[in-house]
This record gives sequence, structure tokens and C-alpha cells, in this order.
Amino acid sequence: MRKLIVSPSPHIHSKDSTRSLMADVLIALSPAMLVSVFFYGLQAIQMVLVGAVTCVAVEWLIQKYLQKVKPTINDLSAAVTGVLLALNLPPNSPWWLTIVGSIVAIGVAKLTFGGLGHNIFNPALVGRVFLLISFPVLMTDWSIPASWFINSTDAVTGATPLAAINEGLASGLSVKDILAQNPGLSYSNILFARAGGSVGEISGLALMLGFIYLLVRRVIRPHITISIWLTIAVVTGIFWLINPDVYTGPVFNLLTGGVLLGSIFMATDYVTSPMAAKGQIIYGIGIGLITVMIRYWGSYPEGVSFAILIMNAFTPLINKYIHPTRFGKEVRNG
Amino acid sequence: MSNIILITIVTMSVLGIILAMVLYLVAKKFKVEEDPRIDIIEATMPGANCGGCGFAGCRDFATACVKAGSLEGKFCPVGGNAVMKIVGEKLGLQVEEKAPSIAVVRCNGNCDVRPRTSIYDGSSSCRVSASLYNGDTDCAFGCLGLGDCEAACPFDSIKINRTTGLPEVNPDTCTACGSCVSACPKQVIELRPKGPKDRRLFVACRNKDKGGVARKACTNACIGCKKCEKVCNFEAISVTDNLAYIDPAKCRLCRKCAAECPTGAIHEVNFPPRPPKPAAAPASPAAPAAPAAPATETLKKEE
Amino acid sequence: MRTFKIGGVHPHDKKIASDCPIEQFPIQSKAYLPLSQHIGAPAQAVVAVGDKVLVGQLIAQAGGFVSSPIHSSVSGTVSAIGPVKDFTGRAIPTITIDVEGDEWDPSIDRSPDIVRECALEPKEIIAKISAMGVVGLGGASFPTHVKLSPPPGKKAECLIINGAECEPYLTSDYRLLIEHPEEIVIGATIMMKALGVKRGYIAIEENKPEAIALLTKTAASYEGVEVVKLRKKYPQGGEKQLIDAVTGRRVPSMGLPIDAGAVVQNVGTSFAVYEAVQKNKPLFEGVVTVTGDCVKNRGNWLLRAGTPYQALLDSAGELPVGALKLISGGPMMGRTIVNPEGPTVKSTSALLVLTAEQTSRQKETGCIRCGKCIDACPMGLEPYLLNKLARLGRYDEMEALKIADCIECGCCLYSCPAYMPLLDNIRIAKAEVIKRIRARAVQK
Repeated sequence: MRKLIVSPSPHIHSKDSTRSLMADVLIALSPAMLVSVFFYGLQAIQMVLVGAVTCVAVEWLIQKYLQKVKPTINDLSAAVTGVLLALNLPPNSPWWLTIVGSIVAIGVAKLTFGGLGHNIFNPALVGRVFLLISFPVLMTDWSIPASWFINSTDAVTGATPLAAINEGLASGLSVKDILAQNPGLSYSNILFARAGGSVGEISGLALMLGFIYLLVRRVIRPHITISIWLTIAVVTGIFWLINPDVYTGPVFNLLTGGVLLGSIFMATDYVTSPMAAKGQIIYGIGIGLITVMIRYWGSYPEGVSFAILIMNAFTPLINKYIHPTRFGKEVRNG
Repeated sequence: MSNIILITIVTMSVLGIILAMVLYLVAKKFKVEEDPRIDIIEATMPGANCGGCGFAGCRDFATACVKAGSLEGKFCPVGGNAVMKIVGEKLGLQVEEKAPSIAVVRCNGNCDVRPRTSIYDGSSSCRVSASLYNGDTDCAFGCLGLGDCEAACPFDSIKINRTTGLPEVNPDTCTACGSCVSACPKQVIELRPKGPKDRRLFVACRNKDKGGVARKACTNACIGCKKCEKVCNFEAISVTDNLAYIDPAKCRLCRKCAAECPTGAIHEVNFPPRPPKPAAAPASPAAPAAPAAPATETLKKEE
Repeated sequence: MRTFKIGGVHPHDKKIASDCPIEQFPIQSKAYLPLSQHIGAPAQAVVAVGDKVLVGQLIAQAGGFVSSPIHSSVSGTVSAIGPVKDFTGRAIPTITIDVEGDEWDPSIDRSPDIVRECALEPKEIIAKISAMGVVGLGGASFPTHVKLSPPPGKKAECLIINGAECEPYLTSDYRLLIEHPEEIVIGATIMMKALGVKRGYIAIEENKPEAIALLTKTAASYEGVEVVKLRKKYPQGGEKQLIDAVTGRRVPSMGLPIDAGAVVQNVGTSFAVYEAVQKNKPLFEGVVTVTGDCVKNRGNWLLRAGTPYQALLDSAGELPVGALKLISGGPMMGRTIVNPEGPTVKSTSALLVLTAEQTSRQKETGCIRCGKCIDACPMGLEPYLLNKLARLGRYDEMEALKIADCIECGCCLYSCPAYMPLLDNIRIAKAEVIKRIRARAVQK
């Protein structure tokens, strides 16, 4: 006799799986990866590969031999962490830096909390911040490595745009003067991949392509990313209007210092961001505000990593108190 | 330099004194007067907070014992008579002795004897499966094997055996708190007295279908043939709705019924092995199952 | 184009049986008519074993106000009244009839002429609908006359005929719409008269353009009836979602559609009301879709209630080997069939056959907190959280999180990338929470 399958409804599934969503994130990152390979050549390939392989290997080893559970590397989340971490490092970083960052990201930030779905902080960012604090010299060395494709004399300034501004301001120059001194800091250069920065943020356009892909595939919703952008634009806009000599403008702030990479790929990490739409907007505004505060008044020239990590800590609180809009709010009387 | 250290020490000390005073005053002002005996009683409780006594936890039970002024109807199944005796002594109250109980699984439809007739593909929860249909076998009364009892047990004493698909109770750790009994949607688990020398006799089946239907669904099922009812000298066995039930209060553990049962539905636990009876073997083909099943349990106990 | 505002998912609509015209399904040798084919008290049998019955003859009367009578779907002899296993394998009280010929009760008007005018008073219409055993054919089988009698103090302002048919695969409502548009519109006007409302909407999803065009043309000659085009989105046909989509009003939490001034009836119900009131024909047959990607002979059958599902399955032609899932209803909310010998009832809408590959759930992995269930939930609930609390049995917290508002549409489980059995657990917890709320209400 033929056996019948029995289950409660629903009987069909969207076929989205954790693995397919993570694969989509990797696909969305591929334009940025391609651009960085174009500019940095073998070095970029080596970093991304080392990051991904180390993360996957660390996850497999820890789960298999320390936690004695079935490894979950097939869901590709470790690979995503590795790629993101690599894209967040300076282009000149040595291979062992990527490995150390990956071990911290997976071993400390992810698996000690219970693995995917339980970690409080974004693993890739924890890895990056760990490296930034432990190896500040290596992590702020923005010199551009020799490449097959571009002539090194063409290569632009060694410092990131934000670092250049920070140094300039410290030496008493106005923003306008600094920009005039550094021709490489034009917007078109930033958008089309000329300015210095970490491996992944070399081209804003490539990152935007990835964002559009994620939206079209419904992998993420736009709430977090857009609210970060709007917050940064509005707040920096106000300060810029007040005193353009000291404060950098909105467009400059949006396109530099990892805002695009962070707001599209890091802040939207499922595990560490709020789940309801209203909560996501609050979270995005928080990241935007903290980023601007760190940039204007903090000692670090950038601030997105710290801002996201700080808001990660608020995510459980936001999830607890911010509920989605219920259908039919009021309760029927009687 | 020494100045800084001095200032630090002074500030910290003053701060400490002020905060200590605040703490002291608050503790004094907001102190809740409670019967000190509640704490004493709670300390004697097992502290599992399982709710087996019918109260919301050990402290709730202790409060109820102190306030009620009598221990009638109050019993901690986990601590058993030993703990209740201490509670009675401390409160100066009479304690009623209760025979210690244990959870028994009244289903023996393992994978070999009870074929699966459909494929269950829903949440791994007996309650979900039971809300959908009768279960993935033709027996509408038996264990679903999805482990709601295992999840409910606060003592890790009931576990689904993956080879038989049935739960097994660890007699050493089971406290008869009743969590599994209320978790089981099929009422397969029953609390029964542990019995003298831990010997127990019970019908490991809940099937109320007519004999033929029950037998077709599961060869270990009670078919309601009433042989056990007839052979029992103490009127301990009654057959209602095609299902036999042994009343533990009347049963004298003579084991006559178990030998008589044609399907081996009556389980004997912790009895010494029967003397071999060459000629008396009943004609029923399933008879060997009867001694075989309890034997495993006896072995486990001896480990 | 209108739609509901919160949540929803977009499964492929798979209307692969939409081109099969409605045909009469052959009558089988036995009919099994359960006494409970509706929500509410079971009906009470008024025939005895050995009695001869005609098609459409009353065989069980309503067991209360919220109940519905049962009429014979075949002619023949009552051979048994007692428990018969339904499609879930549970034995329920059923009247079994041995079929002899096909002789109809003479009071039923079997002519194909369309009767447009209805001279009855509202009270008489409701009494007639009740006597003819009409129940909601949208899935819940709620007796129609109860819905048409709003409780005192509540006033209906509009009637919505639900032609959304948002469940994938199902096509029975679509076939009714394009084969009997006029009857459906007349049924709507009759119910509008019974309710005393001036406005009636026929809501149809955008993936049925022929039906929208046809109904718009037909409704033009009837006053107050308007066709509304809806976006294709599941669960557009959910009562609360449909009212939101059509009128923009939201039924309050724990409330009924009447609290938003609306009454929703299915297309099939509207057709049944027309037949009951204008043709004196009780509800004993309905359109049932037999479909599935693996089904060779798909069809939309006019099927007598009480036919075993096995007969429908036999009509489907050769099926692939291996495990199958048979579903009574659509893939999102339908119930699985365990016992194909069990009978259909008057509100059965489809037999869907899915293969193991199409339907098997993958192994559950951990929640990654992606929030897809929250995005999908049309009631604005947090399924991931309810699932967690349900497993812990924390009912008070779940009540505060509005679990009782869950409509069991399945969007959460459908969209969960970790394949967590969200709705399975939530459904059980919801039943428990509602039980507790009721118990509290009784105590007061």
C-alpha cells in the first residue's frame, strides 16, 4: 500500500533556506569583490580566499572537536563572515592578519554565543575591531599595493579620505583646503573606485549593485540601510550648513569610510539586527547618529564598525519592546 | 602622586559608606515579614520546582504547608515520604504515608509490532500530531513516539528509545512528579505504585478498539479477551471497552495474568525469572513476547 | 488595485486546472454523509436504517441555531447510521446511503432558467437559507444563516463576495465565476437584501482577468453590486484581509467581520444561496477541483457530498510511485488526507495531490532571526517568538502577544528559511490560549 505523507498546513514552502540566503549575500558581494580584484589583483583574491577558508575551517574544527556537534558550515554563514571580514581590511594587510581576524570572528564572536542565530555581535565586525585595536599600525596602513592593472603613480593618496580630513583638521586646515590639497578625494573618484579604503569599499557603485540585488531577491528589506543613510545625510547636512569649514558634508560622509559596505552588508546581518520594521528604523537611526558622533568628535576617523557593534548590543532590547504593527489594534468590546 | 592616591582612597571609602547606609535603610524599610518556617521548609524541599505537588514550585508548596496548618492532601512526590516526614517534624504536623510511585509507559507498540502506515512530516511534537490525526500507525491510542514526555521531564528520566520508538523510564531517577503524564496527549503514561521490591504488574496497552482491529494494528495490543480477568483471584483486573486494567490497590502480584495473556500486553517488572514450564506453554504464537519484554527491563535494573 | 496592507506572501499560483470546465462527477455506489459538516452543533438524524430517501431530501435536522441541516446527496436506502472513519481516520457519526438510481425530490427546480426576482422578505430569505443547509464554502463551513443574522446592536454596511481564491492550485471558484456569473450576482443581491445593505462587492484577484471582465459586465445590470480587482497576494481571501483590502477597515483584535460593518461570503456560497432561494435546491453538491502537477486528468467536478476521496483519486489517472501527500483544500491551509476512503462533505473544495519532493519539509535548522516570518504575517504577529514561547508553554506571554489573532494562514512557515515548524506549534498554543480566555470569560 502506498504510504501517505501527513503534516499540518501549509504544505508548500518558499524554498528559501538559510543556505540560499547566504549564497545570495555572497552573490551580492561579488561586484565589490570583482572590482577589488581588478584594482588589487592577487592580493585581493588571496585575502578573500584566506578569510573564507579560515572562517569555514575554524567553524568546522570547533564544532566537530570542541563542541562535538554536527558542523553547520553548509549554511555558508561562515563563508559570508570570512568574505566580509576580508573586504573590511586594508588592501595591504598580511595574510596572517586575515587569519587572526577570522579566528576571533568565528571562534569568539560567533560560536561562544551558540553559533548562527545566537551571537549578539556581528562576527565579521568583531574580528575587524579586534584587529583594529590590536594591530593599529597595520590596520591603518592604506598604502596601495602594486597591481597588474594600474600604474602605481596613478594610485591615489595613501590615507583614506576621512583620515586625510581628520589629520588636516588637526593641523588647523579647513575642510575646503584639505579637499583642494587632495585631488584624489573627488566624489567621482570615490564612487568609481579610486580613493583609498578597505578592500571591499573601493567602489560605491559595485556595493550599490549588491544592495539592489539583495532588495530584488527580497533577502533584506531596505529599512535599516535607508534609515542609516538618511540619518547620516540629515545630521551631517545640518552641521555642514552651520560650519562647512569644520564639518564635512553629507555626500562626502555617505560615500566614505565604509558607510556603504557597513550599511548594506554589516548592519543588515539578520542575527544582530532587529526583526520588526519599526525596530529596524530605530536601529538604523542609532547607527547613523553614532557614526556621525564618532566621526565629528571621536578620535577615530571612521566610526561605522563601532556604531554597528554598539547598536548590536541594543538589538535584543529593541526586539523586546518594539513589536510589529498588529492588524486591528483595538480590542473588541464585550 | 600620593595626593591622587589619597583622594582616591578617601572618595571610594566615603562612597562605600554612603551606599552601605542607603542599602541598610532600604533593606530595613522594605523588609517583608515572612514566617521563618517557610524558609526552613523550603530548604528541606528537593528544589526541582517541578510542580508535581500541584503548587507553582517548592517555595509555593512550603508556604502552603505552613499556612494551611495541616498536611492533608499535600505531598511532594519528588522528595517522597522521607522529605514529608521532615516537613511534618519541623511543623509538628501529622504526615500521611504514601506508597512511592513511578511513571509507567502503557504502550508496547514498538516499531516491529506496530507498522507505520503513514509518514508524519510535521513538527516533532506529539500534541501537534495528535491534533491532526490518530497517529502514524493504525492504533489510535498508542504512543506517538515524538517525545513530548521527554521534553516535559524535569529530571531527564524519560527518554525515547530510538530503536523501539517508545519512551523508557529510568526507575532510579523518576520521581513520579507527573509532568510526563500531563504532557502526553494520548494518556499513555500512568503513575503507579512502585510496589514491594519495585515489583509491578501492568497492562502495557491503551487500545480500546475491538480485539481484531487492535491486533491488526499492533501485535502487542490488549485485545480485551478477558482471560486475565478470569484467572485473577483477587478481582484486581477489569476489562472495559476492550481494554484490561490492573488495579494496583488490589493486585497481589501473583503473575497469573501475565502468563495467561495471549499477546504479552501484561508487563511484569523486576520479578525473578519464572521457573521453566515445559508443557504449560500457551498455544498463542505471541506468547514468547511476554517474558521477553520484561526481561529487558529487569536487566536494565540490574546494571 | 487594492490589497491588504500588512504581510502576505507570493506563492506561485499554479492554476493548472483553470481550463477544465465543470462536469458532473459520476455517482458512486455508496454515499457517506457525516452529521457534522459545519462548525457548530452536529445535526440530528431524522431518518432510520432502511428508509428510502430522494436526492435533496432532509436526512438530519439542525442541532441548534449555530448548526445546519443535512440533505441527502443521492437517492437510495439508508443502510447504516453510526461511526464511519472520516478523511483523518477518526470515526465520526455518519449516515450511510446505498445508492439506487438518481431520483430527485420533486420540489427542486432543475430547469436551467435563471430566476432573477426574489419576492421573499429578509427574514424568510434567512430561514430558507438555513433550511437548505447552506454553509460557508470558503473553508470554515460556518453556517451561512448565522453570518447573515448580525447580533443585536451590530449593523452590516456591506457584503463582500470573496472570489479572491488566493490559494494556489484551486480553481473551483474561478470556474463558477465564469460559468455562472449571473447566478452569483443574484445570490449576492439576495444576501444584500437579507442583510439590508445597499452595497455589495465581488472581490477577484488580478490573476483571473476573464472573470473580472465577465462579472463586471454582469454586475452592471444589478444595482449596488461592484466588482473589485485585487492584487495577487496570499492570503488575500482571508476574511479580515479581504475587508481591509476592499473597504480599508480593520476588524479589531479578537473581533468579527461585523465589527467592521462587513459580511464576507464565498463565491460558492453565493451560488448555493441562489440555488437554495430561487431553485429550492438544498446544498448537497459543490464544485471540487482535482489537481496537482503530477495529476494527469485534472478537473473541476460538480461533486455530490459524501463521495469517498478515493473515487476522486481514481479519476485523477495514474499517479507517480512513491509517497504522496493528498490534501483536502489548498496547499496553504488544506488538511492532509490520511484515509482516502473517508467522504467529502458539502464544503469540500479540492483534492490536491503533491509528490514528496514538492511537499516534504526539510530538516529544521536554527532560527537565524531574519524576520521573514514577521514580514510575512498578515496579522502583524511575531511567529518566531510565539513558536519559542509555545515550546515553553508560556501562555500568558503569548496571549499578550496576540496569538489568539493568528488566522493560521501558514505564511510564517512558508517563508521560514530555517524550516522551523512555526505554525504547527503556534496552532496548538493558540487553541490552548483561546481555551483559557473562554474559561476566564465563563468565570466572570
